[in-house]
Amino acid sequence: MLVATAATVLVVGGLVLGVVSSPGWPTVQETFLDPFHARESFPAILDGFWLNVTMFLIAEPLILALGLGLALARQSRSPLLVPLRAIAVAWTDVFRGIPTLVLVFLLVFGMPSLGLQGVPTSIFFWATVALVVSYSAYVAEVFRSGIESVHPSQLASADALGLSRGQAMRFVVVPQAVRRVVPPLLNDFVSLQKDTALVASVSLFDALFSARDYANFNFNYTPYVVVAVFFVVLTVPLARLTDALGRRYAERERAGAR
Amino acid sequence: MTGGTAGPLLEVQALRKTYGARLVLDDVDLSVGAGDVVCLIGSSGSGKSTLLRCVNLLEDIDDGRILLEGREISDPLVDQREVRSRMGTVFQAYNLFPHLTVLDNCTLAPRRVHGVARREAETRARALLEEFGLAEHAGQHPDRLSGGQQQRAALVRALCTEPSLLLLDEITAALDPELVGEVLAIVRRLAEQGTTMVLATHEMSFAREVATTVCFLHEGRILEQGPPEQILTAPREERTRQFLRRVLPG
Repeated sequence: MLVATAATVLVVGGLVLGVVSSPGWPTVQETFLDPFHARESFPAILDGFWLNVTMFLIAEPLILALGLGLALARQSRSPLLVPLRAIAVAWTDVFRGIPTLVLVFLLVFGMPSLGLQGVPTSIFFWATVALVVSYSAYVAEVFRSGIESVHPSQLASADALGLSRGQAMRFVVVPQAVRRVVPPLLNDFVSLQKDTALVASVSLFDALFSARDYANFNFNYTPYVVVAVFFVVLTVPLARLTDALGRRYAERERAGAR
Repeated sequence: MTGGTAGPLLEVQALRKTYGARLVLDDVDLSVGAGDVVCLIGSSGSGKSTLLRCVNLLEDIDDGRILLEGREISDPLVDQREVRSRMGTVFQAYNLFPHLTVLDNCTLAPRRVHGVARREAETRARALLEEFGLAEHAGQHPDRLSGGQQQRAALVRALCTEPSLLLLDEITAALDPELVGEVLAIVRRLAEQGTTMVLATHEMSFAREVATTVCFLHEGRILEQGPPEQILTAPREERTRQFLRRVLPG
């Protein structure tokens, strides 16, 4: 315990000392860590951050539903669903390959210029769609690996009880698969939370764009640090929540936890 | 043995099954009457499990016919789900659903396949769990139970749909020796109640005790079958004698 504390103090102290004693430190402190500019930029960034949070909250359930749908389409064995399976494969291949930022540009600028009746032109709408499309491809693969990790004997057991394939998926395979993929799913969602900041590049007033606006006007980069803190504060509780969920399942279902 | 008026409950005729070039079952004939307890014996790889998997349609067959209650179920046009819903199957490795409680494991098929109301399904499942000494485990998840308890739960799950035929695939083979007895006690009780069963087993003394018919399988064929006292004490075939010398002590 004592050794651990001493070692931590020594390492952290050394690192801080190294940074603080660097020749550029006073300049860095002035341009990145100015309390005045932090306070001044805070309200605008907070306003913008709600846009990130809103976008995340809208996109997340859509991504989960679409990702699971894509994974199930790839698992289907019915000959009637072959076209659906092909679309699911193509979807994952194409949208996982396109950088998310490029997808944001393509949809935000491309879709409204089609000039179709009834197609929304809102930047927020198409930026959210871009995130949903891009992340659903990742999440579909996560779900698929979860589904494939469930032992075939579970399906045999469901078959033997007379369950249809759809019922076996719904009541036996998917519930087990979802429990297993919660940690990698969380990883994707932390990543999604951060990628909502990509919409700053299409001039939506999110947290990052607000910070950039302030920084460019006042020649001070402190708002970027404020934005970073916002995102960290958002992700940490999500990580703890998932840990807690995982522990609860483990305690209830695994003999080893007894 | 059987009433004999309605014909056999299960009839297997000239069944042939291959995995690629390997012949696993060859010209298998088997007739199971209502109330019969048929024990399949034979060394590993002799085709016992495959025969059971063919009967509950988990495997496609290459040739021959399987009839359940006089109707051909090996016909590809038959609704396999409906057929399976009339049989209960218990596997060597239990195969309980780990994310469901024991009670939910037992009520899943009655509720989703047979359309039984939740309350009714649970009442019946609880009664069976009680009967088999698992009442206090109804709300627990399977991995919290011992192997013997899990296998008993798997038996209850199979019985909850009131199947007309029970298929047991070496259900004691994965258990510690001291847990085998509690599972066999249940099977014995089911046999006494007149449950029709086909079981693959390595427990010779158990087969002698409960079986109405013993079938000795060798290299995918039923080499001989008959009442247990005949097959297990005075077998006709040399292969059977060799097998019994290996598995029977003394």
